[in-house]
Amino acid sequence: MTLNRRLVYAVVSSALAILFALAVSAVILAVSGNNPLEAYGQMFEYGVRVDSLASAVNRAVPLYFSAMAVALGFKMGLFNIGVEGQYRIAVLVAAAVGGAIALPAPLHVLVIMATAMAVGAVWSGFAGYLKIKRGVHEVISSIMLNYVATGVGAFLLANWLRQENQAGDLVIKTPEIAPSGRLPSLNRVLELFGMDPGRVNLYGMAVVAVAAGVGFHMLINRTRFGFELRASGSSPGAAEMAGIDPKRMVLLTMVISGAIAGLVGMAHLLGFFHRYTIDFPTMLGFTGIAVALLGRNHPVGMAGGALLFGWFDRATQILDLRGIPKEIVFILQGVILLSVVVAYAVVEVRIRAAESQVVTGALREEES
Amino acid sequence: MTSLLSPRERLLGTHRWLWLVLGVVAVLSVTRILAGTPDLTSSGTFGSALRLGTPIFLAGLGGVYAERVGIVNIGLEGMLILGTWFGAWAGWQWGPWMGLAIGVAAGALGGLLHALATVTFNVDHIVSGVAINILALGGMRFLSVVTYSGDTGGGATQSPPISDVIGKASAPVLSGGEILGWESPDLLGNLEDQRWLFLSDLAGLLRGLTVDVSWAVILAVALVPASWWFLWKTPLGLRMRSVGEHPVAAESLGVKVYQMKYLGVVLSGGMAGLGGAMLVTEFARIYREGQTGGRGFIGLASMIMGNWRPGGAAAAGGLFGFTFALELRDEPAVHALLLLIALVGGALGIWMGYRRRWAPAIWLVGTAATALAVFLSTDSIPREFVFIAPYVTTLVVMALASQHLRMPAADGRPYRRGQQL
Repeated sequence: MTLNRRLVYAVVSSALAILFALAVSAVILAVSGNNPLEAYGQMFEYGVRVDSLASAVNRAVPLYFSAMAVALGFKMGLFNIGVEGQYRIAVLVAAAVGGAIALPAPLHVLVIMATAMAVGAVWSGFAGYLKIKRGVHEVISSIMLNYVATGVGAFLLANWLRQENQAGDLVIKTPEIAPSGRLPSLNRVLELFGMDPGRVNLYGMAVVAVAAGVGFHMLINRTRFGFELRASGSSPGAAEMAGIDPKRMVLLTMVISGAIAGLVGMAHLLGFFHRYTIDFPTMLGFTGIAVALLGRNHPVGMAGGALLFGWFDRATQILDLRGIPKEIVFILQGVILLSVVVAYAVVEVRIRAAESQVVTGALREEES
Repeated sequence: MTSLLSPRERLLGTHRWLWLVLGVVAVLSVTRILAGTPDLTSSGTFGSALRLGTPIFLAGLGGVYAERVGIVNIGLEGMLILGTWFGAWAGWQWGPWMGLAIGVAAGALGGLLHALATVTFNVDHIVSGVAINILALGGMRFLSVVTYSGDTGGGATQSPPISDVIGKASAPVLSGGEILGWESPDLLGNLEDQRWLFLSDLAGLLRGLTVDVSWAVILAVALVPASWWFLWKTPLGLRMRSVGEHPVAAESLGVKVYQMKYLGVVLSGGMAGLGGAMLVTEFARIYREGQTGGRGFIGLASMIMGNWRPGGAAAAGGLFGFTFALELRDEPAVHALLLLIALVGGALGIWMGYRRRWAPAIWLVGTAATALAVFLSTDSIPREFVFIAPYVTTLVVMALASQHLRMPAADGRPYRRGQQL
C-alpha cells in the first residue's frame, strides 16, 4: 500500500464522515423544528467573512496544541485524556507568574510559556509516574487529576493568586499581565494583504502553533525519541527487545505531552484575556482529543481538524441571532468524531486486507 | 477463575472482606472519639454514602458486564450522562419510576452505539468510549436548549425539577420500620445514640444501610447479587464470560461471540443509565450539566479494585460513595478525616518500618505527620479540598490496589469473526 493511497483513503473517509455528520445534524435540526438549509446557509455566509475566518483561526490554535498533546501519547498507545486539567492548572499558574513579574517583552512571554509548560508537564507527570510505578491506567489517573486540578486551581486562585478586588468588582481573577507579557496581534499582517478582520484580533500564537506543528513533525520523525516512540507504539515487545526502556518512554511521553498541553491556554491568555479569570474557556482539552482523532495524529491532518472545529465553533455563533440553537455545534462535532473513528477503522481493515493479499500473492509467486 | 479456588480459600476471602469492614469501622470509631465528631460515623453519613455510592457501583457493574465480554467501556461516563438527562426528562413528565426506566433505556442505547462501533466496526474501545462521552455531553446540551426553552423552569444546562419522589423503607425492629402500621423499635438507633466505642459506630453503619432507604436503591443493591448469579451461575452468563476470556475458543464451541458482546455492552449501558437516572431521582431531583462529575470513571476504578466482580465493584463503589457523602456532611467530620489519615498512615508506616521497608515507611510517616500537623493547626478544610477528596481517594486507592488483580484475558482486544489465534 503506497503512502498516496493511504492519504487518499484518509481524506476521502474524513470527508465522508463530515458529510454524514452534516446530514445527521440536519435531520436533528429539522426534527427540532428548524430549517437546516437556512441554518447551514447562514453559517456559511457568516463563516466566510474575514473576521470570522480570523476568529476561526484563533479558536483553532488552542485545539491544535491540545490535539498535539493527545497525539504524542497516541503514537505509543498512551491516552493522555488529562489535557483538560493540565492546561487549566498550567494557564492559571502561568497567568499568576506573568502578572507578578516585569521583564523585557520577549523574555516575559517566554517565562510565561515556560511556566505553563512546566506546570503541565508536572501534572501529566503524576499520571505517568502512577502508571510506571503503580500500574494505574493513565486514562483513570489523568481523568481524576482533571478534577483535582479543578479543585486545586480554585483553591489557589481564591486564596493565593488572586488580585485584591476593587469595590463592586466580584470577578475573581489574577493580576493583569503587563503589555510586555502579551503576544501582538497579527492584524497588521492581514492588512498587508488588504484584509480587515475588524474587531477580531488574529492571535500571534498562531505563528507559534505553526512552528510547534513543524517541531512536532521533527520530534516524531527526525529524533531518537521520536523513533523510540513510534517503535514502542507499533510493537512494544520488539521495542523492549531492542533496548528501549518502556517505563522511561511512558514517563517521558507523558511529561512532553503535558508540556505541550500547557501551551493550550496560551493563545487566549497572551492574545486576549491577559489574566486568568473564572470564565476562561474550558473543554479545550476534550475537544483536542476529537481533533487528534480527526487528524489521525498527523501534524497537517490535525491542523485541518482544528481549523474545521474552530470554524464550526465560530460559524454557529450566528445561529442564535436567527433563533436556531447554536448548540448544534456540539452535535456536529460529536458526530464527526464518532463517524470519523468508525470510518478510519473500516478503512484500516480494508487496507490490512489488501496488504495481506499483496504479501500472500508475493509469497505464492516465490513458491512457484 | 472461581473453580481454581478451594472452598476454604473462598471462605477466607469473604472473611477477609468482613475483617476489612470491621477494621475500617474501628479506625473510624477511634477517629470519631479523638476528634469529637459524632457525624463521622452517624447513620446519616452512611445513609448518604449508600445513596451516593449507588450510581458509582451501578457504573462499576456496567463496567463488569462490558469487560466480562471483553469490551473496555470508557463511555460509562457518557452513558451516565444519558441516564441523567433522560431520567430527569421522563421523571419531570411521568414521575420518578418512569425516569428510571427511560434512563436505563437511554444508557442502553449509548451501550448499543458503543457495541456498534467496537464490535461491528472494530473501533478502538477507548477511542469509541471517549467519543461517546464527548457526544453525550454536547448532545445533552443541545437537547436541553431545545427542550427546556420557554417557561418550563429549565434552561440550557438544567431541567425542571421532578415533583414526586420514590418511597423509602426502613428495616423493622432494627431501624424502626413499620410492620402493619405498628412502629417497631429502633434498636440500632438506640445503640448509635450511646456513642460507645466501636459498637455505636457499627450500629451507625448498619442503621445507615437500613433506615429510610429508597426502593430504587434497594433495587440497585439487589442487582449486585443478581448480576453475580447471572454471570457466574447461568449458561448465558458463562457464554458471555467465555467471550471475554477466549473468544476464539468460545466461537469454536458455537457461542455467538458478537451477540454476547452486544448483550454485555448494552447491559453495561443500561446499568450506567440507571445509575445516572438515580443521581436525578434520589438526589438532585433535576438534571444539571456536569452532574455526573466523573462517576463513570470512578465506577470503572471501582470495577478494577473489585477485581472485575460485581461484589467487589459494589464494595469499592460504597467506599467512594462515603467520600462523596462527606462533602455534604458538617465541616468537623471532614476535618476529622485528617486525623484518620494520620492514624492510618502512622500505623502503616510503623508496620512498614518493622518490616524494614524504609522507603514506604518514611513516605507514610511523613504523610501522617503532615496530616496531623494540619489537623492540629486548623479548624476546617477548605471546601475545594473536600471537593477533590473522592478523586484523590480514587487515585490513592488505585495506586495501592491495582497490582494483584486479574482482568478478563481478552479484555480490550479486537476480535473479528473467524479470526485465528
